[in-house]
Amino acid sequence: MKKSLLALVAGLLLAGNVSAASAADKLKVGFIYLGPIGDLGWTYQHELARQALVKELGDKIETTYLENVPEGPDAERAIEQLVRAGNKLIFTTSFGYMDPTLKVAKKYPNVHFEHATGYKRDKNMSTYSAKWYQGRYIQGLIAAKMSKSGVLGYIGSFPIPEVVSGINATILAAQTINPNIKVKIIWANTWFDPGKEADAAKALIDQGADIIMQHTDSPAAMQIASERGKLAFGQDSEMIKFGPKTQLTSILDTWGSYYIERVKAELDGTWKSEDSWGGLDSHLFAMAPYTNMPDDVKKIAEDAQAAITAGKLHPFKCPVIGQDGKEIECKGGANLADGQILGMNFYVKGIDDKLPGK
Amino acid sequence: MQLVLEKRAERSNTIALVSPLIAIGLTIVTMTILFAILGKNPFLALQAYFVAPLIDSYSLQEIAVKATPLVMIAIGLSLCYLANAWNIGAEGQFLIGAVAGSWIAVKTQGTDAGPWVLPAMLVLAAAAGALYALIPAICKVKFGASEILTSLMLVYVADLLLDYLVRGPWRDPNGFNFPTTAEFDPVATVPLLIEGGRLHLGSIIALLVVAAAAILLGRTIKGFEIRVVGAAPRAARFGGFNANQLIILTFAVSGALAGLAGIIEVAGPVGHLQPGISPGYGFTAIIVAFLGRLNPIGILIAGLFLALTFIGGEQAQIAMKIPLDVTKVFQGILLFYVLACDSLILYRFKLVFPSRQVARGAG
Repeated sequence: MKKSLLALVAGLLLAGNVSAASAADKLKVGFIYLGPIGDLGWTYQHELARQALVKELGDKIETTYLENVPEGPDAERAIEQLVRAGNKLIFTTSFGYMDPTLKVAKKYPNVHFEHATGYKRDKNMSTYSAKWYQGRYIQGLIAAKMSKSGVLGYIGSFPIPEVVSGINATILAAQTINPNIKVKIIWANTWFDPGKEADAAKALIDQGADIIMQHTDSPAAMQIASERGKLAFGQDSEMIKFGPKTQLTSILDTWGSYYIERVKAELDGTWKSEDSWGGLDSHLFAMAPYTNMPDDVKKIAEDAQAAITAGKLHPFKCPVIGQDGKEIECKGGANLADGQILGMNFYVKGIDDKLPGK
Repeated sequence: MQLVLEKRAERSNTIALVSPLIAIGLTIVTMTILFAILGKNPFLALQAYFVAPLIDSYSLQEIAVKATPLVMIAIGLSLCYLANAWNIGAEGQFLIGAVAGSWIAVKTQGTDAGPWVLPAMLVLAAAAGALYALIPAICKVKFGASEILTSLMLVYVADLLLDYLVRGPWRDPNGFNFPTTAEFDPVATVPLLIEGGRLHLGSIIALLVVAAAAILLGRTIKGFEIRVVGAAPRAARFGGFNANQLIILTFAVSGALAGLAGIIEVAGPVGHLQPGISPGYGFTAIIVAFLGRLNPIGILIAGLFLALTFIGGEQAQIAMKIPLDVTKVFQGILLFYVLACDSLILYRFKLVFPSRQVARGAG
């Protein structure tokens, strides 16, 4: 009875959507999203990448996503639901899905998993992330040039290495232009909460910041900066329409080519567990056009971008001086080692704030 | 002629039984229209929501896992609400319980501590939850501070404490500075009931809690006291019942249950302490408590039902590509109808004819 009822439902479903034969042959690819697809930031970029994937390989694959999945006990169930629905390659697109993804991966060795921004891997679980600190370095240069007050406002999400390394790269860059640059940091303790993000932007502007930078996902801060006549950087996605006279540039997450590449590997049977951590020389992120700045500033930004892409400029070139004035041990030869950046839990000299949890 | 709501002389027990069914019926009708507008087959959509999760042993387990913390917290809250004590801060008590229990797990990590670890964690979590709930209760009794506000505000304190611990002292030394403790040792983990599934011992504990509450309220003098103090404070005073003592007691019990739910969630499905261990269980449990009419069996059913809508919502997203927002609308409509239909227990519709209305209008 159970089986026949299920079969009936499955049959109706298939008949309703696509023809039964083609659906059965297609590779099923699943996505777990942190925010709503309309967040216009982090999740939106993953959704755009999924759409690009469908456009490219839509005749061979069928995609499904679950949005707004909290990074707690619900995540494991959501991932397992995708496995049980027949998805063979599953992208879990936020750091907090790391342990749940690993648990489900151990349970289903024949399904492949791709986890964004984490550090735990398994033979059927890859990780992928981008060296956004490179983009932050360029933003730091622009910010120092454009700031009249010499105070930058920075909205942090959580004090994890990815965010901390972004703050450090920003300041190290800004100091090459203005050694006395100041940064005010507010931790929103959320990735996506337009209300909180807007409040943080207001508070930062009230404290004298005239450039707003953010590591949270919504365009709320951009809108506030725009209302108050300040300048700002977008995050994750193109936010220029929220501040046509405000956005200097934005770090764009461009996952599309990675998703297409990995799905192709899965289709060819050549998928294997990897750790992809790409910089400006990869296709994992890009800089939005440099706008609302004079040509000389634009040139500085473009030159820095070219130098970083060519591998001639490294934001964490040694010596890097910590907040306490002591030099950070240089484990990567001329620059900090990747591991030091991926686990960064210190502020560099010149940040007049205390890292939470230190 | 006009349709008005008129207060019944006494509550209608028939409606009390039938109203959830009317509410579900109205929800189904509304959702059918909504699905049709969205271009989805309403029959299949409702099937994905309500039927598919119930005919699959995996989904049934997941419903139980999801309902466990909700039911446990809601039972505690119902005792408070019955006694007219308004504990809104179960979320905070949940977090404090999780933190207190995790303390033992973190401190014994990597040692050869024996099977006493998990029971000790459960006891400590319940005690911590109770003590945390006593803060607003004592402020209420001693100083007359609104327990609604104080208990709610203490949620944020608990949240930040947890945040501080996992980012600072308890952080996994091998975790790249990410905010989480290391995975708990097996002796600090709630045992699973079914190999390969997620159903854990906590669900059994939740059932025992439901049974205990049913006995307390139905068969003991204390239970009678709780109900009288809530329903008829003056009568309770004449009866010599001490309302303040009951506020303290019910807050402590509900705090203990929330704390217990917290550690079970952390040592069970999550496996380590991290921020965001609760997607708002403490608040959702308030809905569960009222949906279950503050009755232990009702709460059990309401908790399972709410869990069903979560799981069904996910399946609808996967199978039918129905957006999550529709699931939220669905849950909202359901609660709306349940509460609306509940007013029929105490009120009834009545047709008022013009002549009488004129007389009233003149007044």
